[in-house]
Amino acid sequence: MYDVVIIGAGVTGCAIARFLSAYRGSFCVLERSEDVCTGTSKANSAIIHAGFDAAHGSLMAKYNLLGNRMYPELAKELDFEYKNNGSLVLALHEEDIHKLEELMENGRKNGVEGLEIVGRERLKELEPAVGHVPVAALYAPTAGIICPFGATIAFAENACTNGVEFRFDTEVKGLGPAQDENGESCWVVQTAQGVIRTRTVVNAAGVYSDVLHNMVSADKIHITPRRGDYLLLDRKTGGYVKHTVFQVPGKFGKGVLVSPTVHGNTIIGPTAEDIDDKEGVETTAEGFDDLMEKAGFAFDDLPLREVITSFAGLRAHEDRHDFILGEVKDAPGFFDCAGIESPGLTAAPAIGKEIAGQLAEKLGLKENPDFVGTRKGFPDVKSLPPDEIAALVKEKPDYGRIVCRCEQVSEGAIIDAIRRPLGARSLDGVKRRVRAGMGRCQGGFCSPRIMDILAREWGVDPADITKAGGHSSVIVGLVKDRV
Amino acid sequence: MNTVNLTCIGCPLGCQIEVMMGDDNEILLITGNTCPRGESYARKEVTAPTRIVTSSVRVYGSRTGERMVSLKTASDIPKDRIMDVIRDLRGVAVPCPVRIGDVLFKDVAGTGVDMIATKNVD
Amino acid sequence: MNKTDYDLIVIGGGPAGLAAAIGAYDAGEKNILILERDTRLGGILNQCIHNGFGLHTFQEELTGPEYAQRFADLVLERGIECRLDTMVVSVGTDAEGIKEVAAVNETDGLLRLRTRALILAMGCRERSRGALNIPGFRPAGIFSAGTAQRLVNIEGYLPGRRVVILGSGDIGLIMARRMTLEGAKVLVCAELMPYSGGLKRNIVQCLDDFGIPLRLSHTVVRIEGKERVEGVVLAKVGSDRKPIPGTEEHYECDTLLLSVGLLPENELTVGLGAEMSRVTGGPVVNESLETSVPGVFAAGNVLHVHDLVDYVSEEAKLAGESAAAYVRECREAEQAGTEKSRDRIPVGFSGGIRYTVPSSVDPGRVRHWIKFRFRVGEVMTNRRVVLSIDGESVLSRKRRVMAPGEMEELVLTKKVLDAHPDMKSLEIRIEEDN
Repeated sequence: MYDVVIIGAGVTGCAIARFLSAYRGSFCVLERSEDVCTGTSKANSAIIHAGFDAAHGSLMAKYNLLGNRMYPELAKELDFEYKNNGSLVLALHEEDIHKLEELMENGRKNGVEGLEIVGRERLKELEPAVGHVPVAALYAPTAGIICPFGATIAFAENACTNGVEFRFDTEVKGLGPAQDENGESCWVVQTAQGVIRTRTVVNAAGVYSDVLHNMVSADKIHITPRRGDYLLLDRKTGGYVKHTVFQVPGKFGKGVLVSPTVHGNTIIGPTAEDIDDKEGVETTAEGFDDLMEKAGFAFDDLPLREVITSFAGLRAHEDRHDFILGEVKDAPGFFDCAGIESPGLTAAPAIGKEIAGQLAEKLGLKENPDFVGTRKGFPDVKSLPPDEIAALVKEKPDYGRIVCRCEQVSEGAIIDAIRRPLGARSLDGVKRRVRAGMGRCQGGFCSPRIMDILAREWGVDPADITKAGGHSSVIVGLVKDRV
Repeated sequence: MNTVNLTCIGCPLGCQIEVMMGDDNEILLITGNTCPRGESYARKEVTAPTRIVTSSVRVYGSRTGERMVSLKTASDIPKDRIMDVIRDLRGVAVPCPVRIGDVLFKDVAGTGVDMIATKNVD
Repeated sequence: MNKTDYDLIVIGGGPAGLAAAIGAYDAGEKNILILERDTRLGGILNQCIHNGFGLHTFQEELTGPEYAQRFADLVLERGIECRLDTMVVSVGTDAEGIKEVAAVNETDGLLRLRTRALILAMGCRERSRGALNIPGFRPAGIFSAGTAQRLVNIEGYLPGRRVVILGSGDIGLIMARRMTLEGAKVLVCAELMPYSGGLKRNIVQCLDDFGIPLRLSHTVVRIEGKERVEGVVLAKVGSDRKPIPGTEEHYECDTLLLSVGLLPENELTVGLGAEMSRVTGGPVVNESLETSVPGVFAAGNVLHVHDLVDYVSEEAKLAGESAAAYVRECREAEQAGTEKSRDRIPVGFSGGIRYTVPSSVDPGRVRHWIKFRFRVGEVMTNRRVVLSIDGESVLSRKRRVMAPGEMEELVLTKKVLDAHPDMKSLEIRIEEDN
């Protein structure tokens, strides 16, 4: 019997697990795929919103602001990449300026600090590459960017180190209230891997959170997967865009954001299309065209020929467009974290802390005296000064063996990604942890070697190594096996 | 009578050559080529096409951890025997070390041609 | 104390790097180091186990590993120092023009080396799916042709059983045959352009021999399969290279191989501040294959993508000889206290030529001849390549056919150059041949 079962190892589930691990109890995270951070958390804009956008009084507004304020410290404690680069919302026409004022007013009510409307001249100073169209912008100095994989993995790893159990490839098929041997109420969770009993359940299942919620509550919710295409540009474009640059919704539609990433790439996106398929992460030619056109309103000569990859993510859009958080009225012991779409990544630590607190109160949990709230990230040869590279390789020679040449990721780092708690089991798992295969050749050179390292470290046949779990095997057999 | 269509490989032009063949498989007419090299290529291709076959097979005992050694037929073999050669190499493994030119398989698939190593593996 | 560790460092131990090192050594400069990131010399040739290499260099048909070994042997015979498994992480120049190379490997940790001359021979990489903006899912089973080649030839793994190939570059064509011979079914090879980017010989011997259709003016418009590729949809493209609605054809397959172009790998070159060509993706070089950074030379696919390794070797030998000459000049300049001046006459081009290598000439530094290499932008028949100096045609060569997939060359002799001592301009153009 667990005290808490968290369903979903995305950024929300992992953040809850991490804050929950500060308490004493038995906690388990169930994840349907083979790794943490494989759904909405892995395919988004990777930005920390300032908090001016969400409607005043909404949960989105509240947790956005709280999360925004937590990240700088958390990034240090858990050693993941975060940068406070600030954001700009561009007005593309004079008549849109009043919308900037409305946004600023909303932001001030939400408690966002430092908001300022800047004219074209100041805009050019802040963002020198900005194109000829924008006339003014709302500048939000508290906005930032993070590595969403890095943050999610850091939360999960830290939770794991502090005693939270993670079960992967464990899809929840059903759940319902029950009673334990003492007649106390509890929950039974049916999974693909058997039945699990727990005193409380947290629903952090992203686009599936309506399915879980509706299993236990008469007060139905409805999540629409809202697909967004993204383009990612080569690191050589780093520095072209300095702030996270939004466009105010205007006569060109909703606009797209153009932002640097913490790794020096440039990201453009997302489009927005409501779909039915909760796995429908299919990119479209129309989406790419749309992104390129709209990005052109913000920047005149964005280096679009430097696209190295494109992808689509799904936002878990709930009909009422707000987060649904906390214990469900007609299902005691069942806690929702549903409808977590933008600014969900920003809000995640605040939601994690809040829900962990609610669970602790409900269950009467005591503090975990052994809790260690810090964790070290993966050393990155590319960003280290020469002396530190020398020291690192001296201590760990594997770090001198570069496997991924584009991102300069060493065999040592890849082994570390595999051997750590909740270590990588797939090519994508390695990629999300240490960026091997994330660069401009997209794994062309290094994927065979990473496959070998994975097979060796896990003691399995290379044919069992997958790109991303399930049936995503990289190879199908041996040469001449069927000639 | 039948005709065989070929793409000449002599130069980037890639002439489409048509070879008209008699009932006894004799060449009646070659058209479409724009130079004499095209004609001789077509003649060879329709009468006795041959190819060098290259592949790789497993090695064992490699000091450097290599898994495969590449190899080739020591000379051309008839084109229609390519798959026989490949099937003959199925499931085989050779011991290390291997030097370039080492005969790894004699008379592969009964073609009378040996397969030789094209890579040094220690 | 020596100001430098080496007179010449060569980055890359593939065909270009090896030939460059040999060229420099044979020109009299022997204090050379080759840095190679892989575990053996030879670069990508080690996985090119098909034959067809070396006809120009050795007058015989060799496979890739054999060709590589011949050059590796020549390097080893000369006792040229090589460090394997060593990745160069940065290069720079100091105020005196000394080049500084930082590299890492397991045994030495971080190496910081100083050299007078530097040869860039890092080769190229394949264009990936992302760079093509192919829509659809992102399942396993999408490989660049070179990755599949490594998996098959070096590791002995089969990447897939039913294969569609996008792009008719030579590696893609070669892999169509390799996959077929290893037991896979190659369904089709689609090419966006109305002509193939590969050699005729490869189309015949890798596709036609096995009945694999080549669909020109076709591209992939959709990739299906959430975990592993389950199918791809091809469509015909119009003259604007955009898919034509209604022409879609579905192929059930588990693998998509991409052979859609090679990109010179020039991150280090950019880091050095060398002037780059937007057309080739490589640095801009003069007749000595010297980049805009004095003493830094480039050769092989890092400079511009070649079709034949023989030409890489030839080009790289010149880079090596030029680097040796540079080292000698540095030494002489230190003794004499004066530097030899440089001239820089740009090479103009027109009539469908996309670029030339070299792109500038110092006539005083040409020894016997200068070989211009270039590519055209479309297939052309019955043309002449004309080279003119100061508006006067000095060289004219007939070409029955020219194609983007086949690199062209034109040799200008020192004798002709010497006849124009006050040369101001030089141009190569393609004309109709009537």
